[in-house]
Amino acid sequence: MTAWKRFLHNRLAVVGLALILVLALSAALAPWLAPYDPTRQSLIEKRATPGAKYWLGADEFGRDILSRVIYGSRVALLVGVLSVLIALAAGLVLGTIAGFAGGWLDAVMMRGIEILLAFPYLLLALAIVAAMGTGALNTTIAVGVWGIPTVTRMVRGSVLALRETEYVGAARALGAATPALLRRHILPNVIPGLVVYATLFMANAILLEAALSFLGLGVQPPTASWGLMVSTGRDVLLVAPHVATVPGLAIMVAVLAFNLVGDGLRDALDPRMRGSV
Amino acid sequence: MLTFVVRRLLLAVPVLLGVVFVVMLTVDLLPGDAVTLMLGEHATKDAVAKLRDHLGLDKPFLVRYLEYVGRVARGDLGRSIQQNRPVVSELADTWPATLQLTVAALVLAAGAGILAGVASAVWPNSVFDALARLGSLFGLSMPIFWTGLVLIVVFSLWLNWLPVGGAGSLAHLILPAVTLALPSVAMISRMTRAAVLDVLREDYVRTARAKGVGELWVLGRHALRNAFIPILTLLGLQSGQLMGGAVLTETVFAWPGLGRLMVKAIFARDYILLQGAVLVFALAFVVINLLVDLSYGLLDPRIGRQG
Repeated sequence: MTAWKRFLHNRLAVVGLALILVLALSAALAPWLAPYDPTRQSLIEKRATPGAKYWLGADEFGRDILSRVIYGSRVALLVGVLSVLIALAAGLVLGTIAGFAGGWLDAVMMRGIEILLAFPYLLLALAIVAAMGTGALNTTIAVGVWGIPTVTRMVRGSVLALRETEYVGAARALGAATPALLRRHILPNVIPGLVVYATLFMANAILLEAALSFLGLGVQPPTASWGLMVSTGRDVLLVAPHVATVPGLAIMVAVLAFNLVGDGLRDALDPRMRGSV
Repeated sequence: MLTFVVRRLLLAVPVLLGVVFVVMLTVDLLPGDAVTLMLGEHATKDAVAKLRDHLGLDKPFLVRYLEYVGRVARGDLGRSIQQNRPVVSELADTWPATLQLTVAALVLAAGAGILAGVASAVWPNSVFDALARLGSLFGLSMPIFWTGLVLIVVFSLWLNWLPVGGAGSLAHLILPAVTLALPSVAMISRMTRAAVLDVLREDYVRTARAKGVGELWVLGRHALRNAFIPILTLLGLQSGQLMGGAVLTETVFAWPGLGRLMVKAIFARDYILLQGAVLVFALAFVVINLLVDLSYGLLDPRIGRQG
């Protein structure tokens, strides 16, 4: 059975994939799907409860929450995808160098990675944002940099293991140059693991962006970011709980979708792992 | 065992030196003048000059780094810019609250997570297993700050059972600790389930069962003991998650801890205070993982002796 077929047999993973498609569509078609302009304020309708006019209610400034949730999917996916690309690109390059070079360069790079991993979750991103300032771009960079150490370690591990395999040794003995070795024999074997990691990282990237924005250190108003929306709603939590809780549901659904697909991909690509962790 | 402990301790030192280096470097890479950013554009020339001098900003980066490390080694983390108090006392005021919160969350997470994971592994593919696995998927996907707000709405606003925020009594601790623990419960139960399932497939478990050893004894004596090493590793890593999560939880529940202090320091651009707070978090993380490494030796005597 091919990996793809195994993936399709996993009902939860297919649900996740469908949710991701919905998210992608809402991000792409936001201007047509959103019933209102996400920044249009209507102060007399502030904190309107969900109803016929505003399906999911209105926030503190009378802005339509549904429209903002739809537009928010753009920020979540864009920050997520770009930060995944940053983490993958940098991690792939650094991990390959460390794994191939070995010796002191590998040792130095791995100590550096250990230092970055000694930052408890979120704190490295917080330090970066504290230094560079807030905003969507800096948030993306902070989230991406947070992922680099793990990817680097993963890639280095696979490169080290693959370097010792017989077929790579054979290719080398036949005179294959390093770039060819990498392209033909090493990278194709590193990629599946990375695809799984990238999907699960996407889930964490969305969470991290939301967390930074919630703290006021990520995406800035008036951009519709889910984390930021929860933060605005927090001020009126006791009088209008829907303002904070509805956007949080969007975050949860998006993160859940990527987690489901990530789990499904892992099981499909490596059937031995099925059901574990 | 002693050499193992000493070697691990020595290895932690360069990591912490590196953490300070990275934090100072990120602050140093800051575009524009740090002092103007800290004091605002309307600061007097005198104040700017004074702060520059206080921070030693005219010296090269490496000199400042070494000076800072030297002072930290003597227990001096500098004075916070906003409050003009020793950073050490600001940290001393807040760390007990964070410790209380994270320890409560860790105990909750470990207890609930291991119980759920073992139950899932003992009755795989049962209704409980399905619910636990689905629950853990949700647990991993809920943003922690949102979970906190939802719990406030349910337990403080609707049921009126627990306070909305603040600290002081056990009742104040419940919601923040549960909020902070939830993602870790999910993670730990998943990991425990996998680890116990793995061990239950081992030959020695089959042998024990064949000998007629009771199921509870098999679980306690063989399965859990051996499954504990990966679980313990995860607990160490989860402590890092908990500290990061504490920043969010403390913000949601107005919990007077290190995390909230850190966020305040970032907003106030108080980099001296920020450096100190990050250092404390990283130190705690490194120490916890050191303890985890050391406890492997207790669970599995083979590990300590190699060291």
